[in-house]
Amino acid sequence: MPAMNMIQALNSAMDVMMTRDPNVLVFGEDVGYFGGVFRATEGLQKKHGLTRCFDAPIAEGGIVAAAIGMGAYGLRPVIEIQFADYIYPGYDQIVSEAARLRYRSAGDFTAPLTLRTPYGGGIFGGQTHSQSPEALFTHVAGIKTVVPSNPYDAKGLLIAAIEDDDPVIIFEPKRLYNGPFDGWHENPVSPWAKHPDSEVPEGHYTVPLGKAKVVREGNDLTVLAYGTMVHVAQAAAVHAGVDAEVIDLRTLIPIDIETVVASVKKTGRCVIVHEATRTSGFGAELSALVQEECFYHLEAPIARVTGWDTPYPHAFEWEYFPGPQRVADAMKRVMEG
Amino acid sequence: MNAPLKNTVPLSLRVPEPRARPGDPIDFSGLVVAPAGAAPRPDINASAYAVRDLAFTLVRVLDEANVAVGPWNPKLSPAQMKRGLRTMVVTRAYDERMYRMQRQGKTSFYMKCTGEEAVASAQALALAEDDMCFPTYRQQALLIARGYPLVDMMNQIYSNAADPCKGRQLPVMYTSKAHGFFSISGNLGTQFSQAVGWAMASAYKGDSRIACAYIGEGSTAEGDFHSALTFASVYDAPVILNVVNNQWAISSFQGIAGGEESTFASRGIGYGIPALRVDGNDFLAVYAVTQWAADRARANLGPTLIEHFTYRAAPHSTSDDPGRYRPVNEADAWPLGDPVERLRDHLIASGEWSDDDHKALEKEAADLVRAAGKEAEAIGTLGQSRPSVKEMFEDVYKETPWHIRRQRQELGV
Repeated sequence: MPAMNMIQALNSAMDVMMTRDPNVLVFGEDVGYFGGVFRATEGLQKKHGLTRCFDAPIAEGGIVAAAIGMGAYGLRPVIEIQFADYIYPGYDQIVSEAARLRYRSAGDFTAPLTLRTPYGGGIFGGQTHSQSPEALFTHVAGIKTVVPSNPYDAKGLLIAAIEDDDPVIIFEPKRLYNGPFDGWHENPVSPWAKHPDSEVPEGHYTVPLGKAKVVREGNDLTVLAYGTMVHVAQAAAVHAGVDAEVIDLRTLIPIDIETVVASVKKTGRCVIVHEATRTSGFGAELSALVQEECFYHLEAPIARVTGWDTPYPHAFEWEYFPGPQRVADAMKRVMEG
Repeated sequence: MNAPLKNTVPLSLRVPEPRARPGDPIDFSGLVVAPAGAAPRPDINASAYAVRDLAFTLVRVLDEANVAVGPWNPKLSPAQMKRGLRTMVVTRAYDERMYRMQRQGKTSFYMKCTGEEAVASAQALALAEDDMCFPTYRQQALLIARGYPLVDMMNQIYSNAADPCKGRQLPVMYTSKAHGFFSISGNLGTQFSQAVGWAMASAYKGDSRIACAYIGEGSTAEGDFHSALTFASVYDAPVILNVVNNQWAISSFQGIAGGEESTFASRGIGYGIPALRVDGNDFLAVYAVTQWAADRARANLGPTLIEHFTYRAAPHSTSDDPGRYRPVNEADAWPLGDPVERLRDHLIASGEWSDDDHKALEKEAADLVRAAGKEAEAIGTLGQSRPSVKEMFEDVYKETPWHIRRQRQELGV
């Protein structure tokens, strides 16, 4: 099995699906001849033809709208929004249209589109290339929200998303594209090739939507994480010397509540981590769910470690980013509670 | 080198206002109406620049004596014209009944298309049955022309147990894929760029079907309009882009959308999209330009923009009172007349129709609508009958996820 980085895994997912299904096509800003600013669509146009992987005008609202129309026709479009920070011009089309079409037409029309978008910090992208806007989408009924944390899951989740009959947004942690990142930013960068989850089958497989994964078993506390923070949480557990169970949610909506509840009932403690700003972030929903489902098993208040409630600052990347030290501190607090 | 220009007067902000407000004399003096038959009919492969004058004039076929004249005369058979007239008359009868039903408290909301019936009625006749329309809420005539059951339209309006939208949608937000009628959204303009995506998909698949999109002149100010024209132009999408300029966006006259500075049709020129401005109350002219645009799309020549110049004789909706922002009788004074009367009079002038025929048609339409009304009301009007409350929780996703299932259980349904 070849070792792939996350970009190669995503590319492979689209390649596999374009080969299997002539109704799958890919478009977005710079994705055609050039292969995307992060190279995720490299070679797809050359292999599958100009009309199956092509450049779109810089109009996120238009890109989403065109994909909705194509989905209504019967295609399975895969669109790239170049940075999650650029998604807002497409928000109306996502929220009012893609998410609602099945419901409002009682299933007469659907929008089975897949929207890929790089998100998150750790790359000195400043406030317009670092945001984590997932909660703006988890709040919307009718769309599924997915966040992979490694190459194997990225490919399997993307294939599952393309095959899914509902609109799916995949937030791709861009800091993880070329290698796992545990938040110790001064350490040398490590490539995916050394990580077991870079073993990616070349052909078709899926990672089911709505299923979390326990990536580190433990008994002291449960960490709920997704994307880059899955790796940060594991590093933090080592750093804190805490026997933490780390759950990679993988899909935010619909969330795998059973895996979350089973773990928190076992450990009795819960730390929630995400890069996004704290107030009304997805962690708030997670915290409420854990409280509703596990209140009598909790031995300490639930802790959240998140980005601060500020825009993403360029020069203060590592003060803003919820790194392993902050997560380890929260773990210790929760253990004392 | 020239010295910088100095202001000779203080800057001032212009806010456009219509010529007449309530109480003012009706004033259509700014409206330039080209004579019927004057506009040339170019070949379908003409460039946007070669046909640019058509974006500023008015393509008209029916002259003041209701005779069809000029190169745009589509030379429809009497049977086709009678079919079109019937669609318009049934649509008007349907609107009148449903408006009345709302006034009687039998539903929450209704929107008429009075005065604009020719747009959708003529286009339905000019398009193939399976071309996909992306309508606004004033193209109900498309459904009527394509034989969608009136009773199903009414069931939707009553949100009753037989509502095809299962009680989830505001009245008039119909959907019918089988009739080439895309689910209507209350978010203005969103369908315009979706239609372009549908058309791109049709071209991608080597299909023969085209898309037909609608937007009001007010909503051309939305970014979706710009996206739609950009994508349609870039990918040469087989789509007809219709701007229905009915002069009023609720209370805002077309000048608030920029209509005083240039025609809405002329927006197409900057995108290289051939654009026509048509007398929207002239059934034959609307048919002719639509056929021209459809021929272009089917010949892989790409999109066409059509501005239908018409007048919203009805209130915006049952929640609106136009007397608060425009002269009350403005609709009656509209210089381009009424679309039903104009086609009727053309048929009469051609010896194909009579006042008695027309009265019979109106009675037939009223009977048809009344019969459908009785049927729908027997199922129930708003609040008397509705789909199972379980339907509230269905179709959010293809398969209902646990959290929505649990909320349904919480409600106890």
